[in-house]
Amino acid sequence: MHQILILSGKGGTGKTTVASTFIALSHAKAYADCDVDAPNLHLVMGSFETEKKSDYFGLPKAEIDGTLCTACNRCYEVCRFDAVIPGPTYQIDPIACEGCTYCLHICPEEAIHTRPVKVGDLRLYERDDECFSTATLTMGSGTTGKLVSEVKKQLRDNSPETEVAILDGSPGIGCPVIASLSGVDLALMVAEPSVSAFADLKRVITSARQLQVPVAVVVNKYDMNPTISGEIEVFCFKEGIPFLGKIPYDKQVIASLNKGENLAYLNTPASHAIKQIYEKTLQVWKEQVRQ
Amino acid sequence: MPNWTPSMQDSTMPADLTIAVLSGKGGTGKTLVSVNLAAVADKATYIDCDVEEPNGHLFLKPSSVFEQVITVGKPEVDQKLCDGCRICSKACAFNALAVIGKQLLIFEEICHSCGLCMSLCPQHALIEVQKPLGVVRKGNSGSITFLSAEMRIGESSAVPLIKALMREKQTGLTILDSPPGSGCLVTETVSHADFCLLVAEPTLFGSHNLVMVHELVMLLGKPCAVLLNKTEEGKNPSEAYAKTHGLRILGSLPYDQQLAHLTSEGLVASRESERYHSYFSTLLQEVKDASDSYPQR
Amino acid sequence: MIVAVPAEEQKLDSPLCVSFGRAPYYCIFDTETQKNSFIANTAAQSPGGAGIQAAEDLVDANITTLITFRLGENAAKVLRAADVTLLKALNLSIADNISALQENKLAQLDAVHAGFHHAR
Repeated sequence: MHQILILSGKGGTGKTTVASTFIALSHAKAYADCDVDAPNLHLVMGSFETEKKSDYFGLPKAEIDGTLCTACNRCYEVCRFDAVIPGPTYQIDPIACEGCTYCLHICPEEAIHTRPVKVGDLRLYERDDECFSTATLTMGSGTTGKLVSEVKKQLRDNSPETEVAILDGSPGIGCPVIASLSGVDLALMVAEPSVSAFADLKRVITSARQLQVPVAVVVNKYDMNPTISGEIEVFCFKEGIPFLGKIPYDKQVIASLNKGENLAYLNTPASHAIKQIYEKTLQVWKEQVRQ
Repeated sequence: MPNWTPSMQDSTMPADLTIAVLSGKGGTGKTLVSVNLAAVADKATYIDCDVEEPNGHLFLKPSSVFEQVITVGKPEVDQKLCDGCRICSKACAFNALAVIGKQLLIFEEICHSCGLCMSLCPQHALIEVQKPLGVVRKGNSGSITFLSAEMRIGESSAVPLIKALMREKQTGLTILDSPPGSGCLVTETVSHADFCLLVAEPTLFGSHNLVMVHELVMLLGKPCAVLLNKTEEGKNPSEAYAKTHGLRILGSLPYDQQLAHLTSEGLVASRESERYHSYFSTLLQEVKDASDSYPQR
Repeated sequence: MIVAVPAEEQKLDSPLCVSFGRAPYYCIFDTETQKNSFIANTAAQSPGGAGIQAAEDLVDANITTLITFRLGENAAKVLRAADVTLLKALNLSIADNISALQENKLAQLDAVHAGFHHAR
């Protein structure tokens, strides 16, 4: 399955806005929200006919059987994650527990076992021949990389023969981003003209290159700082990265998104710019796939 | 602006106060609010807890920076003692050990430094060695003690780095610029806070993420309040959520070209403009008053 | 040669699985007996280090050769320690890749990627 991933490095640059517009413009039959920490794509994709939810489990966590615990303190002594709560019988804090099982091995009463802990929900939405894969992570959990891989796998397993899937990526550079980059044909980076976003853009481009994923860049809200927008463009030119366009700051965008409307159906400066960028992205993607 | 100095501290004013600024979603203004709150205080510690994508240094431009390498323990094997019994590799919950023939391979980046393998080895072939995890940087920016950290590329867990940052906390006011999201890094950061300031955008996405981060903060039992950022005319879904869920709104920062531009340039607005200095000073007092109304831990 | 090929389904005429560590199955083919079998990848569900565990399991199954699209650096380290030959897969079915191997048409796999570091 061919995939175009929309990334940003820094959050809030307009990734989901661009991704949702691309999905509508391309009539994509398969798309996913890889930002499992703070999924937003479903808010602008309208309603679906069916929703399938499945539990997602992370590493099993330790649990103490209070009836066997003698409060000998051995587990507390060995736990390096501050997950053991002393008391008349000891308890494990499932949020802090990393599932290493040291306590399980050390307990003289064999009072500790592990149990699977649900750390999120995988969701699959379908309507007509469209397939939307997403997930939410439970608070405080850290297994985001694998859940992103599951979101992508769910999409591959359930989507009909689709030409290209559009993935709304996660912000940052951590393992969820690495997982979302896996096997992707093209990563489109949505930057904004600020020193923070420029710094983050460079970091995420480095990650993409390490995984040998081709990248392209656009600048959103470029008129908020045309100087820095220009610097980003020059950087791309020097690095041989396709610069596919600039999107102006557009108040109407917020109002439309708040109503759950897709920019593809709007007639505003930002939506025009995104449409042009979409055409260019397709061209770059086709060139990549041919190679 | 009230003239607050330590000598005027009354018994109800907390001597030590740690405020976590969080938003759930990136780009809402966490760093903007964090650096400005730290800048208007007479004295404060600013900690950039977003160890994956730290940005605070771009604004505060700290000087006299001292770097400290933070290490974490990883196993090392004496191959002469190892007999390939696989007790360690089978027990490792993270698959950080593999045995090929009699050779033990250790994958340090996946290792969570739990210490189990070393405790199990019947041949005592495994010892713990300190390896670099990342660096903590400490510097000064005006009256601010600046702290940030950077993880070594490829390391799987940044939580020990956040713990190392917190060990450098000073007395008085501390502002924690939290990572985005609601994962383990945010949880670790918030666990060290006395009070949480939730920054929310007036968008559908922003309100959605406010819900998420509010739930996280409640799950961790921390008192909190909201700051509405980038507000414009019209309905504000974040404001609506706050009002219907009894979340106190401490203030509203309207979308402003000047502020946006200053921030995009990496400038601390309260240091550049009297208007913003005044705004953030008032906000800081509001935050202190709000946290004061909760029992001290 | 005992060859392993990551598989999505237990069918010789299906394409390879794009992932090594999380492939649901591996096709194991013995060039001497010309017999094949499919084994389940028990490491596929691991939150982390799946490639490492999968590689160790395949070495235990005595493979000498691996045909794959991609391989993480950690899994590669395990396989190289066991002197397993690493070959780059072609965009063909499992059966066709095995034929290509026997006709010496497969190139060495040089590029391994950084690990995905899933678990926390």
